Amino acid sequence: MSAALAATGLQKRYGQAEALAGADLRVEEGELFGLLGPNGAGKSTLVKIACGLVSPSAGSVEVLGASAGSIQARRQIGYLAELFRFPGWLSADELLELHQRLAGSAGGKAERSELLDLVGLGDAAATKVETMSKGMQQRLGIAQALVGSPRLLMLDEPTSALDPVGRRIVRDLLLELKRRGVAVLLNSHLLSEIELVCDRVAIMLAGRVVRQGAPGDLARPRGVEVETAAGTRLFEGAGRDEAPGIVAGLVSEGQQVFGVRVLSSTLEETYLEAVGGE
Amino acid sequence: MSGVWIVMRYAVQESLRRRVFLVVLILTALFLALYGYGAWLAFREVGKFSGGEEIVEEKVITGSTIFGLAMFSILFLGAVLAVFLTLSSVRGDAERGLLQPLVVRPLGRTELLVGRFAAAAAVCAGYVVAVYLLAMLITGLVGGWWPDRVLEPGVALAAAVCVIAALTVLGSVYLSATANGIAVFMVFGAGLAAGLLGQIGEALDSNSLERIANVSSWLLPFEALYQSGLAGLTADARGFTEFAVHLGPFGGAQEASALLWPWALAYVALVGLAARWGFMRRDL
Repeated sequence: MSAALAATGLQKRYGQAEALAGADLRVEEGELFGLLGPNGAGKSTLVKIACGLVSPSAGSVEVLGASAGSIQARRQIGYLAELFRFPGWLSADELLELHQRLAGSAGGKAERSELLDLVGLGDAAATKVETMSKGMQQRLGIAQALVGSPRLLMLDEPTSALDPVGRRIVRDLLLELKRRGVAVLLNSHLLSEIELVCDRVAIMLAGRVVRQGAPGDLARPRGVEVETAAGTRLFEGAGRDEAPGIVAGLVSEGQQVFGVRVLSSTLEETYLEAVGGE
Repeated sequence: MSGVWIVMRYAVQESLRRRVFLVVLILTALFLALYGYGAWLAFREVGKFSGGEEIVEEKVITGSTIFGLAMFSILFLGAVLAVFLTLSSVRGDAERGLLQPLVVRPLGRTELLVGRFAAAAAVCAGYVVAVYLLAMLITGLVGGWWPDRVLEPGVALAAAVCVIAALTVLGSVYLSATANGIAVFMVFGAGLAAGLLGQIGEALDSNSLERIANVSSWLLPFEALYQSGLAGLTADARGFTEFAVHLGPFGGAQEASALLWPWALAYVALVGLAARWGFMRRDL
């Protein structure tokens, strides 16, 4: 089965600057994939190459079996750029209608209403973009990216301008998309958000993918904390599998065990470790 | 082709709804009002001198001179509109993040470029022809003078503005919006200056100046189109009237050679190819 997105040995140079230095990445169909990394790590460049906005210097990217940037590939993707703007003179409904025409979507009014409802802008169909807040525009951007029911959605910092309620709406939307089998590549600095919704994450640094896997798999065991009558004891470095043995040992020593907690590093700690504090 | 049509429709809507179009409409109304008043004054003043045997046709000289000035103003207004509608078509829109959501759609970059140009050309040509016809109507009603060729000069002006729109789209691929606007207006000024040099060269019988003007008119054919439009105003003037008309400020009007129109079309196509070449290689 072809991947939703497969990047192999991807390189990109902007003059002397090296944005990508041989990045490899694979996003499976229906997968919610988080892309992490410090500023300048090459995340946005990778997404732009996948969308056909930027040409790679070397390497290749395939989108659902088609070469990235080809018309066939672009028919199957939705994209929201990190820095985007829509014409202020268009209303939300007109903007989606324009993108329906460009995407060849026959969804009509029903699709537009459904998308606006999905992002919590059901009442703003006639509102002009120029009168919308940045958060509303960002949600409209997500609706725009979903026009034509793409099989791969690429979102570059989609929640940067959203308030907590807006973020919650987007989080629920991402889970709904996952339920529908849409693959999502989510490029975000909000680690907690990525940890909450993504099946897998990749951490990029200096144009390469340095860590990759499920958030749980990337976490490093920090120890097992046991609450006994004598107080709380920490068994450093122990993992989940060792917890029963630790408890059994304490009980055999005649201690009473009131609680056990398996400690592991958070995604934030894993991230900081991977990027060396950058 | 449907992609071109969608982009063109979008760009026409954008042109008509942006404030720049409203500003141009207001300026146009002011221009036509002033022009009507000026034409009325000119014909009235010239009428005071008439009497006796007419060596030259005063109405023709007055009408063609003042309408020639109007043609220049219309060309200028059309050029302003063409430049402001297209100066940020590629790089400017990309820098503002307006272009990327469109380019990722299943639409060729060529279609996008052609659609943008076609929309600007349609809006600007329509505007120029409309203002040309209104100015001609005002001249006819106020002074009773009508150009010898009614439609051809307007079409030539519209074509000149389309050439400027094509140059601006080309510039937008390589330059930021501000730099592009400045560059195109400098090119526009250079074209007009070359035309004036040609007139001076003709008057002084200077081959060098005439050669400069000739080369410039091939490199920047909007000037030649404008001059051919001017020539159409008094195409049938003969004798002293023709001589007097050619003494006026726009006396350098040149009739179009047989190659002008084919060259203008080829020029727009070449400019379009250069724009496409750059756009296809541009990272957004």
